[in-house]
Amino acid sequence: MTRPPAQDRDPGLQPERTRLAWRRTTLSSTVAAVLAAKASLHNGVQAEGIIICALCCALWLAFLTVAHRRIRTLAAGNIPPPLAPRHATTAVLCTAALAVCAAVLVY
Amino acid sequence: MIDFARNVRLWFEPQHISEEGATPDYRFSLANERTFLAWLRTALALIGGGFAVDQFLPHLRWAWRAGLALALLAAGVLCALRAVNHWVRCERAMRRGEDLPVSRFPALLSIAVAVVALAMVVVVLAGWAG
Repeated sequence: MTRPPAQDRDPGLQPERTRLAWRRTTLSSTVAAVLAAKASLHNGVQAEGIIICALCCALWLAFLTVAHRRIRTLAAGNIPPPLAPRHATTAVLCTAALAVCAAVLVY
Repeated sequence: MIDFARNVRLWFEPQHISEEGATPDYRFSLANERTFLAWLRTALALIGGGFAVDQFLPHLRWAWRAGLALALLAAGVLCALRAVNHWVRCERAMRRGEDLPVSRFPALLSIAVAVVALAMVVVVLAGWAG
């Protein structure tokens, strides 16, 4: 008794692979955000460190939101629409802003 | 450079992409998206490396530490911006049925990472010797 395959299911599992790729990317961004939080609170709790830590958390949340929306679209089951450039740009800008926070911390 | 400016506009205005050419097979778009995500992870790893150099090599002279960390962070930013730019270019090429764009960025990034790694080896060895 094997279940008949769902209609139009891609045998290469492309939506699933793309969903997992987003998952890996959120994990990477989590690691970067944790390192950022550790670095920002390294010299004791100071106003500057707290501001940068909060900023990094906000960037991480923004990234997570974009990724979560895309993951839900990909998991919906039908043929997924292509990624919107606005979302790709948001993800990239979050990453770049995290690097700017890091550069501020290095100084 | 003019091409780059036009691409930057496309990052924010998706409707301009979908006006051109024909929609490709969705699987090609998804493959392009995964490549984009892989580059984004590379960028995040470089940025994480920048944090790590700053945090976990506290005995280095400040100039070396800051220099290495900033080099890694700058590479991460470049990698992220290039990721979205390359994604847009591939998406547009697929819609128009053109060849995919080629790029010397992977080679440049490899050389930059190799140089940073060598610099870290030299710095750590010099730290032990001195």
